[in-house]
Order: sequence, then C-alpha cells, then structure tokens
Amino acid sequence: MSFSAIFVQLLNGLASASSLFLVAAGLSLIFGVTRIVNFAHGSLYMLGTYTAYSLVQWFGGGIPGFWSGVLLSGVIVGLFGALVERLLLRRLYHAPELLQLLATFALVLIISDFTLWAWGPEDLLGPRAPGLAGAISIAGRRFPEYDLFLILLGPLVLGLLWLLLTRTRWGTLVRAATEDREMAGALGVNQAWLFTSVFALGSFLAGLGGAIQIPREPAVLTMDLSILSDVFVVVVVGGMGSIPGAFLAAVIIGVLKAMCIGIGNVHAFGIDFSFSKLTLVVEFIVMAVVLVIRPWGLFGRSQGAPRAASTEPPLNLPSPALQKLLLAGLIMLALLPLASDRYTLVLMTDILVFALFAVSLHFIMGPAGMHSFGHAAYFGLGAYAAALLFKHVLPMELALALAPFAAGLGALLFGWFCVRLSGVYLAMLTLAFAQIAWSVVYQWDSFTGGSNGMVGVWPAQWLASKTTFYYLALVLCAGGTMVLWRILYSPFGYGLRAGRDSPLRADAIGIDVRRQQWLGFALAGTFAGLAGAVYAFSKGSISPDALSIPRSVDGLVMVLMGGIQTLTGAVAGAAVFTWLQDSISRQTEFWRALLGGIILFLVLVFPQGIAGFIRERWEARSGRSEA
Amino acid sequence: MLELKGVNSAYGRAHILFDLSLSANRGEVVVLLGRNGAGKSTTLKTLIGLVRPLSGEISFGGRRIEQLEAYQIARLGLGYVPEERRIFTDLSVMENLEVGRQSPRTGAPQWTPEKLFGLFPNLAAMRTRRGAHMSGGEQQMLTIARTLMGNPSAILLDEPSEGLAPVIVEQMANTILELKQEGLCVLLSEQNLHFANLVADRAYIIEKGHIRYQGTMTELAANEQIRATYLSI
Repeated sequence: MSFSAIFVQLLNGLASASSLFLVAAGLSLIFGVTRIVNFAHGSLYMLGTYTAYSLVQWFGGGIPGFWSGVLLSGVIVGLFGALVERLLLRRLYHAPELLQLLATFALVLIISDFTLWAWGPEDLLGPRAPGLAGAISIAGRRFPEYDLFLILLGPLVLGLLWLLLTRTRWGTLVRAATEDREMAGALGVNQAWLFTSVFALGSFLAGLGGAIQIPREPAVLTMDLSILSDVFVVVVVGGMGSIPGAFLAAVIIGVLKAMCIGIGNVHAFGIDFSFSKLTLVVEFIVMAVVLVIRPWGLFGRSQGAPRAASTEPPLNLPSPALQKLLLAGLIMLALLPLASDRYTLVLMTDILVFALFAVSLHFIMGPAGMHSFGHAAYFGLGAYAAALLFKHVLPMELALALAPFAAGLGALLFGWFCVRLSGVYLAMLTLAFAQIAWSVVYQWDSFTGGSNGMVGVWPAQWLASKTTFYYLALVLCAGGTMVLWRILYSPFGYGLRAGRDSPLRADAIGIDVRRQQWLGFALAGTFAGLAGAVYAFSKGSISPDALSIPRSVDGLVMVLMGGIQTLTGAVAGAAVFTWLQDSISRQTEFWRALLGGIILFLVLVFPQGIAGFIRERWEARSGRSEA
Repeated sequence: MLELKGVNSAYGRAHILFDLSLSANRGEVVVLLGRNGAGKSTTLKTLIGLVRPLSGEISFGGRRIEQLEAYQIARLGLGYVPEERRIFTDLSVMENLEVGRQSPRTGAPQWTPEKLFGLFPNLAAMRTRRGAHMSGGEQQMLTIARTLMGNPSAILLDEPSEGLAPVIVEQMANTILELKQEGLCVLLSEQNLHFANLVADRAYIIEKGHIRYQGTMTELAANEQIRATYLSI
C-alpha cells in the first residue's frame, strides 16, 4: 500500500473517530454521574441519524436547512433523553444497578421497533452536506471536505466539553457527583436535577453523533447495537468517565479500523491474511490488551468500592415447601409429553435449554458477583462445538457429551483475563470476548459456515422424536441446574460468595479468590455450553446468532427478570421470557417493542424480580400468620 | 434548633438507633459520646437525611425534616462533615469549596473562601491543589470549610479529632469554638473525652443505639461512674 493511500486511510479513520467520540463521551458522562450503563445509548444515536434524515428533508437542502436539521436532531434526542431519565430511570435509582441496565435494554427494543414503524425497513442515505459537498486533493487523492470537517469537529467538542466541565459550576458539580454523589447531596447538590441535565447532554451528544453521519453512512435499523459495541469499547479503553480518554480511544480505534480496511489482503510468508476481516474484531483485541495491561482503561482510575457497603442478601436454601414445589414441577415436566402437542414440546425444550443457560449465568452473576455481558459466547461455543464434532468426526451422543468441555475450555481461556477485572470493566471484557468469538464464527466461512451457519445437525435416530429429545433435554438441563445449585452450597460455592462480598477478607482466610472465580467462570461456561449443545441438536441447525450480543442480553434479562439474588429466579425468568418471546412474536410485527414494554413494566412493578417478589409475598404472609 | 424525638434507624435489617431523643440549641456545642459502633455516626447520618429513620420526629429550626432528601436538608442550612472526610479528590481546594457553596441565608454567618482562609490559614496556600494531594489534617480542614460554604446555621461534625496530630486537634478545637462564637449550633460525635471537654457545653452518651446519659460537661466530669461504665475502654 502506498504512502498516500495510508495517509488517506488515516484521515478516514480520524473522520469516523469523531462521531464515535461524540457518542462515547455522552455514554461516559452518563455513566460517570449516574453509574448507569446506558444500553439505549446506541438507540439514541440511531434516533439522531433518522431524525436528522427527516428534518433535513423537511427543511430543504440548503446550507441553513441541513445544518439546523443536524443540530436540531441532537437537541430533540437530548430532550428525549431527559424525558427518559425523569419518567423512567428516576424511579429506579434505588433499585439494584443491573435493573437500570435492564430498563435501558427495554428501551433498546422499544426504540428499535419505533424506528421501524416510523421510518420503515429501507436504508436511508441523507444528502451531501451543502457547502461541504466537494472534495479536496490530498497527496494526489481526493478526500471529501465533509470528512475534514468531521476531523475538526472531534477536537472541538472535546475542547468545549473540557471547558464545560472545568470552568463552570455545573461542571464542578458533575465532577464532584462522579466521585461521590452521596456526599455532594449532603452538601446541598440536587442530584435529580444534575442527573437529568447530564442525561440530556449525553443524549444530545449521541443524537448529534448520529446526525452528523447522514452524509457519510445510510441510516439502518441495526446501527443501534453495532455502534453500541463500538462505543462500549471506546469508553472502556479510554477509562469509564474520562472524556479525554474517550477521545484518544476513539482515535485509536477509528484509525485502526480504517487501516484494516485499507490494507486489505496481505500475502506474506506464504500465508494469505485478510486484514479487512479483522475489522470486526480489531477493536475488541485492542480492548482486551488494554484492559489486561491497564485494568481501568488508558485514563481511567480504579473505582472505589461503592460508598454504602452493599452486602447482598444471603442465598437461602429453598424452604421445604419450595423444595416440594420444585419436585412437583419436575414431575409435571416429566409427565408433560403425555398431554401436549408437538409445538408445546418444542417450546418446552427451548425453555429447558434457556433455563440452564440462565442458571449458568446466574451462577457467576449472583453468587460469584461477576456480571457477564457476553455469556452467549459459551452457549454458542457449545453449540458450534457440538455441530462441528458431529459433522466431522463423532457420533451425535459423543459430540453432545464433549461439546460442553469445548465451551469450558473457551471459558477457561477468556475467564483468565476476565477475573482480573471487576465491575463494569469485567462486564465489558466478557462482551468483548463474546464479540470476538462471534466475529470468528461469522467470518470463517470454510469452517463454521459463516453467516449462514450450519444445517443438518440432527440428533441420533433413537433421539429423533420430539418426545424423546424433550426427555433428553429435561434430563440434561434439569440435571445441569441441580449440579450448579448443589455447587452453590458446597464449600466452593460459599467461597465464591465470600469472594464477592469481601475479596479482602476472603483472601485473608486463605481463599484464592481469583482462582475460585476463574474456576467458577469456567464451570458456568461449561454448563452454558451444555445448553448450547442441546439447543443445536434440538434445532438441527446453528447460526452465529447463538453467540451474538442479543443472545447474551437475553440471558441477562432472564436472570434479572427472575431476580438475581434468588436461587430459582433464573429458571422462572427463563421460562417467562422464552414463553413471552415465543407468544408475542407470533402476535405482532412489533414484538420487540411489546417485549420491551413488558420488561419495563416488570422492572417498575417488581424491582426485586419475579422470584424475589413471590418470596417477599410469601415471607410477608407467613410472617403475619406466625405473629 | 435541632431536635430528635423517639427516632429509630436501621440499615437493612440491622436496627441501630432505638427511640433516640436529643436536642441542641443555637450557639451551643453538644457532644455525642460513645464507643465504636454505638450509633454516633448513624445518628448524624439520620439527621442529614443519608439514613431515613423508620420512625420518630426530627426537626431543624422549627421545621420537620425526617422525610426530606439530604440535599433539601442541607439547603435548609444544616451542614454535615462526615467522618471519613470524603473530600472530592479530583477537585482542587477552590472547586471543593464551590461544590459546598449556597446562597447566603438570614440568621446564619456568611462565608466566603477568603473568610474561610482566615479560619484555616493552611488552605490559603493551596487553592489549586487537588484533594488527592493533601494531608489528612488539611483534608479535615477542607471538609469543614466546604460545609461552611453552605452558610449553615447548624453543623454536624462526625469525629472531627479522629486521626489528627495533637497540634491539629488543638487547632480543630479552636475552630469549633470560633463557630460557636459565630452563633452556630454544633453537634459533634466523639470518642475522645479530652477533646469533648475542650469544646462542648453538654454531652449525651450513647450505647448500643440508646441514650444512656445526658448532662453538662461539668456534671459528666463529676460522674466517675458513668464515665467508667460507658466510655473507658
């Protein structure tokens, strides 16, 4: 590649870095002050793009029309963000942090369907920017003027934000609240107002970041999640809460991605290597490397433990009554095929699979306190291992038996890195690894079937009927759940909880917390892999969706819907979620919005999760009858 | 000026304060004495609204405040200086003061950074220094100065002498007496009887969340038995 080509790619990278920075700065600000990981941030970006597209069309093409349309889109999205904060998130500040995350994910679903409803499924490309529609010649190549404008916009916004944060009272209060919001409150700072304004500013930046994209990239319905993972990476690499960090990280990642596209295929040492295929993973590789070397990102600082020591409630053994209930449920599940049709059996098999998946996620999230945003990686690894082993070498039974261990090995490898971090950083790294696994599977056409996945992954003859397979799933998934639950009440399980509540004290009494967490992570991965393997054979095919981000989020939703600090919550959450998804996706085209609405409702009404809610009722009732 | 009546407080399921009642007046320094874990900090946190009481009445300047948020209570003119100092380490001295700033209120002394630097001369020399780069004693000065920027009419001090060098402790005692001179109501928690003797007019002794004794400092000094039972180690 010639020097001038490299140079132009460098400029390209810088231009895309600007939009990335705007969105990331918004996310970082919001996280810093409210401690909310705003999953809906990518959706705000998407809204910005679509709104700008419409406004610019409506205002007409001239210079004032275009630029006021772009700016106004940012303002509209900012107001929308403020509204979301006031009407929704404000009710959840006293709820567990993860629940706020669930609420923002529900918003993702709703906004996604709203966009589909309002703008339709076609990609929409905006007009060129009037006044900057031309191109200039750089090193003998033509380079769009608009991209030069974007290159300048990034540092400009960085400078303005810096002034805002260091030279105004508002900025001082924001920085104070980022560090210790309770103390700021005790000094008379109204957090509610501060949170709303930060949310508005963050959303404005996201909307503006989306709006400035219209001359460069078409508005598409998938842009919410694709920018979200980019932005997570930028914020984590830069350091959560650091605006200059976000800028540096956006530049690094924007440039590296552009370079990978620019370099393309390279033939060296007799090997063909495609750099453009690396584009999807390069940012996650950067993130993994940075987090291992600097666990809090380039400019981030160690987050102190939360001020109010939040000890989790104990994980009680199921009461005798509940144990009887579980046993009765199991018997009913065993008798189910006698009284149900084929469709119900398939749905029930799905529910069993996802129950085990959710229980394995709960295993590391609840008792071990490691919040994984990428648990689908192990589900998918298990599914793909089963399919590949079956296709290439082994009979189905052996493939099914070995696949979980492949997932376990993957979890052992990824987990080694993950347990070195904690909190949001750990969550982001798990997400990064899942995305790497997804990219590999998605792009390795010759081995994994690429985006088409693999078909013909059918169970052995004797397991082929839906009923027999249902029993197989019941034995494996219920069995796996029992094993995981049993482990939680073994010394190993107690050690995990000790490590979660006080790593320092656990260390001091001789528990190797990190090793314990590592093994717990691998164990959870193994069982997720088992669920994945059963899933592959139940469907007869497998696609990269099995380890995509939405699948990971499904797992999170199940666990949180059920109630994270209950034992049986994950099962309840998986059952309700899978059933809901199945039944409403058959009702309406806009099932995502409906599902999002239901999640929001559940979050607002049962902040302690379904199982947690039932338990509280139960305790309140038995408490009263005792008294 | 400041009054608790029959207050009960808890962290989750742990009941900390039991039917606690106490009061403090304008221009008076009242000390809450007790051992570690007796409930001193919880009492102050309940007053400022960081812990919401289960039951009981709290009034400040004639207004009921037990249902208010911390920021609302602070804006009524009740200042709070936490035990762990909790200054904003990312912010400079001046910025820390800015966070505490509120508009002037009638009936309470009015503070500016310059006036505070008169009270805490050490701070004057480090206006742009970040909180992270200050010594413990300097941080303790800053945290009081920051609270005074809100022009409070009453101030809660959680173990102000803890972990300070003797010479600084003396300075702290003088500061508290100056605040009293300005007409502030001061309620402080202490384990250090010697320090309490330097500054306080009256004392309450708290043990396991119950008030066990109340009286003037002179009365307490005369009561060997009470001191032996509740305060000596």
